[in-house]
Amino acid sequence: MSARPALAALAATLAAVVVGGCTSTAAPETAPGQPGPIQVTASDTACGLSATSAPAGTLAFSIRNTGAKVTEFYVYGAGDRIIGEVENIGPGLTRPLTVEVPQGGTYTTACKPGMVGDGIRAPFTVTGNAAAAVEGDAALAAAVAGYQRYTTSQTEALVTKTGEFTEAVKRGDVPAAQALFPVSRTYWERIEPVAESFGDIDPRIDGREDDERDPGVEFTGYHRLEKDLWVTGLQPDSAAMADRLMADVRDLQSRVGTVQLTPLQLANGAKELLDEVATGKITGEEDRYSHTDLWDFRANVDGSQAAVSALRPVIDQRDPVLGQTLDQRFAALDALLENYRAGDGFKLYTELTPDDTRKMTEAVDAVGEPVSQVAGIIAA
Amino acid sequence: MSLRGFSRRRLLGAAGAGTALVGAGVAGGYLAGSSGAEDPAPGQATVPFRGVHQAGIVTPAQDRLHFVALDVTATGPILRPAVVALLKRWTTAAERMTAGAEAAPGGAVNRNPAAPPSDTGEALDLPAASLTLTFGIGGSLLDKLGLPRPAALAELPPFQRDQLDPALSGGDLCIQACADDPQVAVHAVRNLVRTGFGTTAVRWSQLGFGRTSSTSTVQQTHRNLFGFKDGTNNLKAEDKAALDEHVWVPASEGPPWMTGGTYLVARRIRMHVETWDRTSLTEQESLTGRTKGTGAPIGATEEFAPIDLTSPLIADDAHIRLASASSLGGVRILRRGYNFVDGSDGAGHLNAGLFFLAFMRDPQRQFVPMQSALARHDRMMEYIEHTGSAVFACPPGLADGAYWGQPLLEA
Repeated sequence: MSARPALAALAATLAAVVVGGCTSTAAPETAPGQPGPIQVTASDTACGLSATSAPAGTLAFSIRNTGAKVTEFYVYGAGDRIIGEVENIGPGLTRPLTVEVPQGGTYTTACKPGMVGDGIRAPFTVTGNAAAAVEGDAALAAAVAGYQRYTTSQTEALVTKTGEFTEAVKRGDVPAAQALFPVSRTYWERIEPVAESFGDIDPRIDGREDDERDPGVEFTGYHRLEKDLWVTGLQPDSAAMADRLMADVRDLQSRVGTVQLTPLQLANGAKELLDEVATGKITGEEDRYSHTDLWDFRANVDGSQAAVSALRPVIDQRDPVLGQTLDQRFAALDALLENYRAGDGFKLYTELTPDDTRKMTEAVDAVGEPVSQVAGIIAA
Repeated sequence: MSLRGFSRRRLLGAAGAGTALVGAGVAGGYLAGSSGAEDPAPGQATVPFRGVHQAGIVTPAQDRLHFVALDVTATGPILRPAVVALLKRWTTAAERMTAGAEAAPGGAVNRNPAAPPSDTGEALDLPAASLTLTFGIGGSLLDKLGLPRPAALAELPPFQRDQLDPALSGGDLCIQACADDPQVAVHAVRNLVRTGFGTTAVRWSQLGFGRTSSTSTVQQTHRNLFGFKDGTNNLKAEDKAALDEHVWVPASEGPPWMTGGTYLVARRIRMHVETWDRTSLTEQESLTGRTKGTGAPIGATEEFAPIDLTSPLIADDAHIRLASASSLGGVRILRRGYNFVDGSDGAGHLNAGLFFLAFMRDPQRQFVPMQSALARHDRMMEYIEHTGSAVFACPPGLADGAYWGQPLLEA
């Protein structure tokens, strides 16, 4: 997981809310004590506003398209950042726009007849400062705390199960080790973006044979033992490799307790886990010797769901529709994966047909697109 | 105004600069094109998205194509609402992109930096390039929605020598993107595909270059990869009576949601150019029925000379004889195909051919008899094989505020 700007800087920016459906012609509601909405008369050649300044807080506009072209209306902040917009206003239609502008300053309004170009722009002054919505901050802090409990519990299970796996390797019990391999990896795959935030641990625990390494750095970790167990047979140094894996996992555990995650990292982690599925698991690249990729697939999806669940109250606050879409798409992916259960685990990658992998790709694309929207909502 | 016309990227400059840009407006390619023999400067034109008929059918054929067929992946009770929601979003994005705008406000660079951009960005700085987006519905989608198929949307029968690959055939929905710039067409398809994730998935897609048909009298007839002018006798935008007779579905034919619409037949035709290129000029011309240089029927001197089917110079199995309206009881179609080369075939040959696209009032009465005759008798079949096939219903054009498929889904 790459470093990201601190949440606070992003959270301080402005939230925009578009109210009303696409065919609404009703004027937007305004906050008590405020005058009615600012009337915007948008023709094909002009963009008239009934007021060009307003006190900070909730600004309501009512945009009437008097022209012949489909138009749009925008409110821009510094650097042309969009604060709020209404799309697709057909000729003769009136549409509302409500934007939260807690900070005073100079903004820009624009009508965009024909939907292209810079639009017909004019400055718009916001006076004073309003208290920004802060209730989100507590919800975000709760989300981070909840997710950190998840990573802690998963790491504990990872240490336990990796212990059983490495002991089996050291005993020379290949069948037991083979059975424990995908089980112990499950806990790793669920929290992999967190582990990846410690740059050096991930290559030691989960590096692949063909990864580029510094001179003198050995191929170690799960996949080295996977190759021993499935391809070459146990090697003289397999026991030593098992010990190294165990030490690296304990190292991870000691560091997970100290990591300070941001809500944005949670959101991006949820997306990255699905990217892992799309590029590593559906292709059968991850577990190329054991072909237990579907265990990892399931675990990545679990981890993504856990991060989204932690953020869910904030998502619901800011975009009521997205949460439902996420529920629906994750449920469809869960249902699809259930078809590939075999005993306590999953079918091997080598048993999948092209039709199976196509369905998996479709289901992961379906959930990946709304999950990718979460970060923007958290940072709005 | 800049030489490149409207650019998707908001031009840097003083506020108000946009006023002049918006006011200047580029005339629609279709209208501009019919005013004289000169095409507008490449890339400058925009084609109106809304109208009586969908754009991209009689619009003068652009140079490049990206065609995509999609399957609806949503099932059960969410199927219909998911399709309606997607078609609304597609319509908004399509209208924006055909105007030269980004797929959604904010676009590639101007929105929330923590969120993925709402437009993929490869068409930033490019003009609209006459982009048209034409939408079609496959019979399989009507089946999924529990709606009756119009008779004209029946599956095509198998034709002799068909080598159809299911992975290159069929589809619940299609979008035909045509533009004068391939990047603009690909950008449009890519953004619409992205919008569809969760409701649709790509079934197959086809790139095309070098239009093989002219759909307006102002356009020259282009050549296919056999080197011959193709579609000389095509229906043209200017011949309204013929379009009404052969292309647009009249109200009397039904169903109501197809009045003013048309049916699209897509056939991916692999052409074995390597063996064709070893064939003598005489044989090539005899198979075709036209001369290679001017495109005139054999025995005539002008490309547009009428085909004299009594002439012994035109072989009984010549392509133009079998495909001519008079051999087929007056049946005509509006062709709008493109050449393609999809890399190579792994066996030392180019994977090349013609992506045949044709619009018509009823495929069962127009395409089926035509293709039956060609498949059985056309000697050109030795050099080609049909590898993909699909039929779509393309509803009429949209009035202001309407979305793709609305009359069907809200009936």
